[in-house]
Amino acid sequence: MKKIYNIEVDCANCANLMETAANKIDGIETAAVNFMTQKMTVDFKDGVDEKSVMKKIFKACRKVEPDCEIEF
Amino acid sequence: MSRKQKKILSRIIVSIILLVAFAFIPLDGYIKLACYLAVYFIIGYDILIKAFRGIINGRVFDENFLMAVATIGAFALAIYEKSGDYLEAIAVMLFYQIGEFFQSYAVGKSRKSIIALMDIRPDYANVEVDGKLEAVNPEEVEIGTVITVNPGEKIPIDGIVEQGDSVIDTSALTGESVPRNIGAGYEVLSGCVNMNGVLKIRTSKAFGESTVSKILELTENASSRKSKSEKFISKFSRIYTPVVCASALLLAVAVPLFRLFVTGVNPSWHIWIYRALTFLVISCPCALVISIPLTFFAGIGGASREGILIKGSNFLETRSKAKTIIFDKTGTLTEGRFEIDSVHHGRYDDRRLIELAALAESASSHPISISLKNAYAKEIDLGRVSDIKEFSGKGVIAHVDGIEVAVGNEKLMNDLQVEYMPCHSAGTIVHLCVNGEYSGHIVIKDVIKQNSKSAIEALKKSGIRKTVMLTGDSSNVAESVSAQLGIDEVHSQLMPDDKVRIVERIINDSEGKEKTAFVGDGINDAPSLVRADIGIAMGAMGSDAAIEAADVVLMDDDPKKISTAVGISKKCLGIVYQNIVFSIGVKVICLILGALGIANMWLAIFADVGVMIIAALNAIRALHIKKEK
Repeated sequence: MKKIYNIEVDCANCANLMETAANKIDGIETAAVNFMTQKMTVDFKDGVDEKSVMKKIFKACRKVEPDCEIEF
Repeated sequence: MSRKQKKILSRIIVSIILLVAFAFIPLDGYIKLACYLAVYFIIGYDILIKAFRGIINGRVFDENFLMAVATIGAFALAIYEKSGDYLEAIAVMLFYQIGEFFQSYAVGKSRKSIIALMDIRPDYANVEVDGKLEAVNPEEVEIGTVITVNPGEKIPIDGIVEQGDSVIDTSALTGESVPRNIGAGYEVLSGCVNMNGVLKIRTSKAFGESTVSKILELTENASSRKSKSEKFISKFSRIYTPVVCASALLLAVAVPLFRLFVTGVNPSWHIWIYRALTFLVISCPCALVISIPLTFFAGIGGASREGILIKGSNFLETRSKAKTIIFDKTGTLTEGRFEIDSVHHGRYDDRRLIELAALAESASSHPISISLKNAYAKEIDLGRVSDIKEFSGKGVIAHVDGIEVAVGNEKLMNDLQVEYMPCHSAGTIVHLCVNGEYSGHIVIKDVIKQNSKSAIEALKKSGIRKTVMLTGDSSNVAESVSAQLGIDEVHSQLMPDDKVRIVERIINDSEGKEKTAFVGDGINDAPSLVRADIGIAMGAMGSDAAIEAADVVLMDDDPKKISTAVGISKKCLGIVYQNIVFSIGVKVICLILGALGIANMWLAIFADVGVMIIAALNAIRALHIKKEK
């Protein structure tokens, strides 16, 4: 199940770091951050609770980039 | 300007005012230190907090950390030397913030302008509710709803015109502003602009499935497919930062120790620490990391405005390396529409011959019969035709005005035991036999597209080494078309799976890094499109299959767009290399100058922020595409 979220991140390097951080979270197949369109595409594993996974992703992203926002 | 940007801008202004004020007030000792520290915290508190958090989260060596270390170091040096020169630490922080501000502003601005260009998304659809028109969100419109599109509005959803005549502008989809006349019964695609009449359209698709959504989805996802240059840069930055930090440490510790113990001179700690700090300021890899994807993004955005959809920056890169281009003939280089080329050995007037042929073929829907009927250009009076007998794969025998007319190929003539004149022209030959007597033949040809020849010339000029044409047609047709267009290699009389096999063989034969592109019309050629290094589908407007299978999609069927696409990818890659060389080059030079003590922190800030802004501006050039004539 693929979902696209709007994000807010200031620099391209930070976006790359967010992508790396998000990909370490359980419950997803892959996560991709697109700095240009300010979007994060998350491919969830079947049957996971998307909300709680996104919370974890957000927390992990905040660690690498304290200014970032994810709308979910 | 975002909230964040406004906040940082006000902090920058406050700090500058305070610094100017302090310059005129005579301050001394601890009061001076306290005042300057206050400014330092105003301008740099977020950097310090981020640096601190970074350390806690196990992420040292990011730019915040580097800036924090560099400025705290400069402050400490000023206190240690009792020079009272706190300005430098603050200035470094200030300039860094100004730079970051400009960069976020410039990048944000260019990002938005690219997105605005690509944004062909319609905002609303007019639906009649209780006799009144209401603008609703296109996503809420169900299939089969009648929507009204006023002049000047975008068609929001694909559908069929129920009522109204108008001219529509397809330039948002094709890049070519050729107005198209439409009326009731015509299929229209979302994204086109209605130019004069009011249209009532019954939607045939949901918004999410409509052409405009498909295109948007494709271009927005395009930059997620990373190219090799982008991967190179992320790898590079991962190695680069720690290496620079280690060198800074060497400069700060090892060099003075070496001077002290080995050469026995004054270690001059402060000079080397200062140089090491300069090193750290230069070290941020952001200019590289931002400029490469920004360039690709701009290139993809610019191309989409021309009706060229590129599915990922990796294709843009592969595209620029293509040395061989394989074309499908029908529908790609030729119109896929047959026209009468000439009439030979006619016993009657040419027009009479065409009339007889068209009437005899009147019942058939074969492309050849259609072309004969088109050439006749008059209403067919079916009452004049009787006793129609079709011979599959051979032709037709019918009575026209009571005269027996046989129209067909050589096989039909052989069957009728009529002696026919063989033809040397390339094309499909239609022989005629009237009243048992051979009466001449009509040569029918698939018309070569107007721009095909110039497109191939342009491709060759741009460095394509080999052009190949594949076709299911007979060899003399293929030879004649390829000779006219100047194509290097021809394979004719191919079945669909033969095409894939030839594409595969050409790919295997090509050396190392050279890539092979395949251009086809997307529907029959899907396997070859998928197999080639880059599949280019033409005339894909409204064809989902082509959009799925190809890597590059040309919305209209103008072959000239192929060379435009090659031009775009070359320009884009050129800018990418310029940016890589420029930003790494400037950084390396500044690092060397910094180590030698020639570059101070001011230059270091330029190396960090200035380079990035220049690289970002350079990237934006990829957006502008020269129109080929």
